Amino acid sequence: MSTNSSTNVAHEEEHGHEHVHDLRDDYGSKLGMWLFLFTELLLFGGLFLLYMAYRFEYFPEFQLSAKSLKIWMGGLNTIILLTSSLTMVLSIIALQRRKIKASIYWLITTISFAFGFLVVKYFEWSDKFSHGIFPGGEELALKTQGEKIFYGLYFSMTGLHGLHVIIGMIILTFILVFIVKGKVSPDRFVLLENGGLYWHLVDLIWIFLFPLFYLLH
Amino acid sequence: MSHTDTNDGKIAHAHDPRYGINIMIWITLLSLTVITIAVAGIDLGNYTLLVAMFIAAIKSAFVINYFMHIKFEDLLFKLFLVGVILVLLVVFVLTGFDVFLR
Repeated sequence: MSTNSSTNVAHEEEHGHEHVHDLRDDYGSKLGMWLFLFTELLLFGGLFLLYMAYRFEYFPEFQLSAKSLKIWMGGLNTIILLTSSLTMVLSIIALQRRKIKASIYWLITTISFAFGFLVVKYFEWSDKFSHGIFPGGEELALKTQGEKIFYGLYFSMTGLHGLHVIIGMIILTFILVFIVKGKVSPDRFVLLENGGLYWHLVDLIWIFLFPLFYLLH
Repeated sequence: MSHTDTNDGKIAHAHDPRYGINIMIWITLLSLTVITIAVAGIDLGNYTLLVAMFIAAIKSAFVINYFMHIKFEDLLFKLFLVGVILVLLVVFVLTGFDVFLR
């Protein structure tokens, strides 16, 4: 990585323009991105910790509540996110190989998958809402303490994750515009890489959320 | 990082960023997802959670190493990652002792 940023500098000096940008530090910006991702891991880690403690205390109620979640919907969203992670990687590789159009195409695909995830989530949540199961809902209020906690964790954890999907979509859309405008280019792609890292984190968290909420029998 | 520009405009790759390996990783991840769902249908008693988390950990390792490129990054990135995983592990184990052995 350090060789990359220095060769990029050399590359630009050779062409004798864009001297203002010679100070850029791809290594540092990627390291900064990782540090941010670590704070995200600790944020979600805290919620997973709560899940662990309450699952131990209310295991039968957790099992009962989890049966109301549709495995195929969670499974479909898993496939969507895993595939979107692949298209994200393909977008970065395409840009590195100077295939800008392909890179744009893969990035649009990634953003579309993100939207698809939210559509599935929308149907999932509206189904729950229509049965009166949502924080403060009248049906949920009648349930046992353990079930309330399960749904509370379900809505807050998948909700926070969903928020990250929306933020990811916004970030990737900005990067898409930057690629079209040439601000992110085959010589300057660290922003796309960092956006990709954020997107993979969203995938990573879902990898744990899916079995914990949907696959409890 | 894998990508370096040489002076004559050709692109040299220390670790050639290839499509193939990433597609293989994707297929592996999908297969592991199918396995997770299949295993969830079998009653393994107390090990159900353990098995599910083990598979999730394998999937994460693939995502972090290949999709997030950590495998090809500097040692510093890897050390930070190990540090964070250790912090999470300590927090979970200590809380686990409190919750399970109370």
